[in-house]
Amino acid sequence: MAALEQSSRVAAAPRRERPTPQVPVVELRHVTKRYEGGDVGLDDCSLAISRGEFVFIVGHSGSGKSTLMRLLMKETEPTEGIVRVAGRDLRDIGRRKVPYYRRNIGMVFQDFKLLPNRTVYDNVAYALQVTGSSRREIRTKVPDILRLTGLSTKLHNYPDQLSGGEQQRVAIARAFVNHPPLLLADEPTGNLDPETSIGIMQLLYRINRTGSTVIVATHDVAMVDKMRRRVIELQRGRVVRDQAAARYSGGEPNTAELGAILKEHLEL
Amino acid sequence: MKLGFFLKEALRSMRRNPIPSFAAMASVLVTLLVLGVFIPVVQATTGAANEVRDKVALEVYLKPDVTDAQIQRVRDRLVNETEHVESVRFVSKEEAYKRESKRNPEAYELLGSNPLPDSFRITPDDPDNIQAIRNALAPMTPSGERTVVDPAIDEVKNRKEETDKILTATHVVKLAMGVLCGLLIVASALLVSNTIRLSLFSRRREVEVMKLVGATDSFIRWPFVLEGVILGCLGGVLAILLLAVGKIAFVDPLAEDFALISAPETMSLPLLALLLMLAAIVVSALGSGLSLRRFLKV
Repeated sequence: MAALEQSSRVAAAPRRERPTPQVPVVELRHVTKRYEGGDVGLDDCSLAISRGEFVFIVGHSGSGKSTLMRLLMKETEPTEGIVRVAGRDLRDIGRRKVPYYRRNIGMVFQDFKLLPNRTVYDNVAYALQVTGSSRREIRTKVPDILRLTGLSTKLHNYPDQLSGGEQQRVAIARAFVNHPPLLLADEPTGNLDPETSIGIMQLLYRINRTGSTVIVATHDVAMVDKMRRRVIELQRGRVVRDQAAARYSGGEPNTAELGAILKEHLEL
Repeated sequence: MKLGFFLKEALRSMRRNPIPSFAAMASVLVTLLVLGVFIPVVQATTGAANEVRDKVALEVYLKPDVTDAQIQRVRDRLVNETEHVESVRFVSKEEAYKRESKRNPEAYELLGSNPLPDSFRITPDDPDNIQAIRNALAPMTPSGERTVVDPAIDEVKNRKEETDKILTATHVVKLAMGVLCGLLIVASALLVSNTIRLSLFSRRREVEVMKLVGATDSFIRWPFVLEGVILGCLGGVLAILLLAVGKIAFVDPLAEDFALISAPETMSLPLLALLLMLAAIVVSALGSGLSLRRFLKV
């Protein structure tokens, strides 16, 4: 029954070119999120992302990228529909279990969200401390991951002594130190210059190569065009394109899309 | 391991946020200083008021020609059959004469003989009960006059006006002190909790990040609570030291010179210190724990 539903949904998705594997890491079914005050974050959005994929979520500001990320982190609840991560319905996770759920997800933000009162080393160590790791484990894992992200010389600096790119590397190190199966990055290069951005993307790509599923919300056109990965485009909370090895913009818009764009412009 | 970790976290955050930490400690310190001065003052005042109240007494004057047997009978009645009596003291004619003539020697010299009757001086168990005793010994007749319950008693008297004044005055003093003390405690609690809330508010982003990394609520809360306890302790210890210095340097020398200050019973310094310390710790721990709850809802 579920399989049937899935296949029909796949058929309905526009320009879908990739067959859906059996157990998606992330699955949204007809998810709608309305905020108080009537703003729509997501509107009947359905998508599936399977293990080991590297996916870009693109779209204008307010298209629902961040809402999608926040739903996956269980920072907010969907108004309608089901969000599943690793086959688990997020509604089944109680408030007290949320921290344990989040430990399986690495999260990278546009504004880095580092703890300002901790050194680079302690910031990364904190992600291990919350899981109750032993001191010995922390002492071996943290320098390792920081070497991997190219921060070996900055262990004892505080975040405000680092450049933006370095801070983002710390954030990625922190997100990945637990080797989470899923890594979410919300505009990870939004505050960085193009050259630094390439380094960050390479880092994310390397993490993806270790087997983690990586989802990147971005509107960095150059990056998406260069990486040629699966692209899911959101517009006003709806999935308007889901394309493998795609560019940022979906080439020639088809008639329906053109109509939608025109309509949007006329309304504005 | 865990307690050590939380303690280290608390110390780290105090080191890295010295100004909010100092503000929290200072508010605890100031509050406790004010309370530490005010509590003994309240105690001294109510003590003084109570002392004045204890001077309220009832006089039972006997007829001029009573016999010893009659005196004994009245005494038994007062001691055994009258309620609310704390103590009874017999004042003989001679004793009364001695006392009064000392107070006003010329007038008594002129008199020559002793006009004073024997009397009992009754101290009530509570000054508020003095009218009850009077009514028991000298009940009102329907016509509005007073009779006496024993033929040997001539008159039962209290200095009515004086008694009333003393009673209302001490009531007002006690009430005012109680209200002031209550207000001060409320103000202190608000001050401390506000300071804690402010210092937490500046760190709500930190809490948010911790939650996103997957820290449980208690994992985030304990370092904050410990920090509050440590700051509360520091403020408490400093306040108590200052109070002790103040007591030794100013109050003790004064108390030796003026009986007034040392007269009423006040709480001993160690007990006061213990109470203040306890209050400081409880308020700062509860304050940080409860204030944090709002920021934990991410």
